[in-house]
Amino acid sequence: MQIDAPHPANDPQRSLRWATGIALATIVWIAAYTHLTDFADSVLRLLGLSRDTAFGEALHFFFYDTPKVLLLLTGIVFVMGVVQTYFAPERTRALLSGRRAGVGNILAATLGIVTPFCSCSAVPLFIGFLSAGVPLGVTFSFLISAPMVNEIALALLFGMFGWKVAALYLGLGLLVAIVSGIVIGKLHMECHLEDWVQAIQARTDQHYEHDTMTWIERGEAGLAHIREIVAKVWPYIIAGIALGAGIHGYVPQDFMASFMGKDVWWAVPAAVVLGVPMYTNAAGIIPIVEALIGKGAALGTVLAFMMSVIALSAPEMIILRKALKPRLIATFAGVVAGGILLVGYIFNLVL
Amino acid sequence: MKDVKVLGPGCARCKTLAEMVQQSADQAGIAIKLEKIDDMATIVGYGVMSTPGLVIDGKLVHAGGLPDAKKIAGWLQDGPAT
Repeated sequence: MQIDAPHPANDPQRSLRWATGIALATIVWIAAYTHLTDFADSVLRLLGLSRDTAFGEALHFFFYDTPKVLLLLTGIVFVMGVVQTYFAPERTRALLSGRRAGVGNILAATLGIVTPFCSCSAVPLFIGFLSAGVPLGVTFSFLISAPMVNEIALALLFGMFGWKVAALYLGLGLLVAIVSGIVIGKLHMECHLEDWVQAIQARTDQHYEHDTMTWIERGEAGLAHIREIVAKVWPYIIAGIALGAGIHGYVPQDFMASFMGKDVWWAVPAAVVLGVPMYTNAAGIIPIVEALIGKGAALGTVLAFMMSVIALSAPEMIILRKALKPRLIATFAGVVAGGILLVGYIFNLVL
Repeated sequence: MKDVKVLGPGCARCKTLAEMVQQSADQAGIAIKLEKIDDMATIVGYGVMSTPGLVIDGKLVHAGGLPDAKKIAGWLQDGPAT
């Protein structure tokens, strides 16, 4: 929410510079993305290694995946940074306020994808929604979808496994958020909010300040988003890819199938339980996911693990504890875990 | 003396914002009273939905993300633009 007047950005030279910059960046991006294998091959040649050795294969994986993931990430993060300027939390709240269960849950889960969200703002956002008359279940649909159906995860899944897996992830993630929200709404748990939250709920003097941004300012927001996200996650990504490369080069083929394969019924719940105490972002975990799947782990099991790591994080629970009583937190965790379990089994069944 | 409040539950960006404001005020030679608010009820009371938020003389001027250093200087100079 920017209440000040936008600074003058209409100067034509600046617009021209931006347009040229975006066009050039797009060309360079596409050129780099279409030469990833060549790059990894030439790095290996320079080092005098061959892909026949485990070490060579691991290095090749590393030098192919690192630029690929970083390119995809930079592109998506920029686009999302721009898209998010159209969906300030205040606007999302205005769109959701007064919606009934059902339609409201679907809308909330969808808006969760494009509204900027960070778990440190979870409580003010949560209360901001409730105080504007957004029902509790609808608010939860948003709160579940926002971290889980993560644009970074979606982009990386698309880049690594193709559009089918990405679409399934999107569809099932939204489904978990919508259904969990409806279930929580039906349980009528408003009395399990902390007392000070219930007191605030009475206030309804909210109004949405319409933002007037020039397209250059939106572009600048995209760049700022890159600086913020990529600067924060790149060490995780490199570490993730290095671990993935190790698995790729050294772990024998189909080794994972023995305990993460489709036939192992307990693998999905085990993956969800393992994921809760772990906390990383989507970008860091996907290279590991890719390597595990390459060695015969079932996609559903791995995706359940991934969703659990991202959506059910201990730090976020601790933050939410300030506004929710333990029973509501437990219900929230239980319903989401149940949804993820279902997604895991469905994936294993369908693919 | 301007009364400046940084709203946020103590995440990294809230601390950065507080430092930016102090720096900006020092540069412009403006006396401020800087206060960090981490009580959720108070933060929410200002109508903030994404942190960090910035309040100058009782008025919310910014919420969500780190503002431009130039904008901070502007808010400190002339108070919140309405």
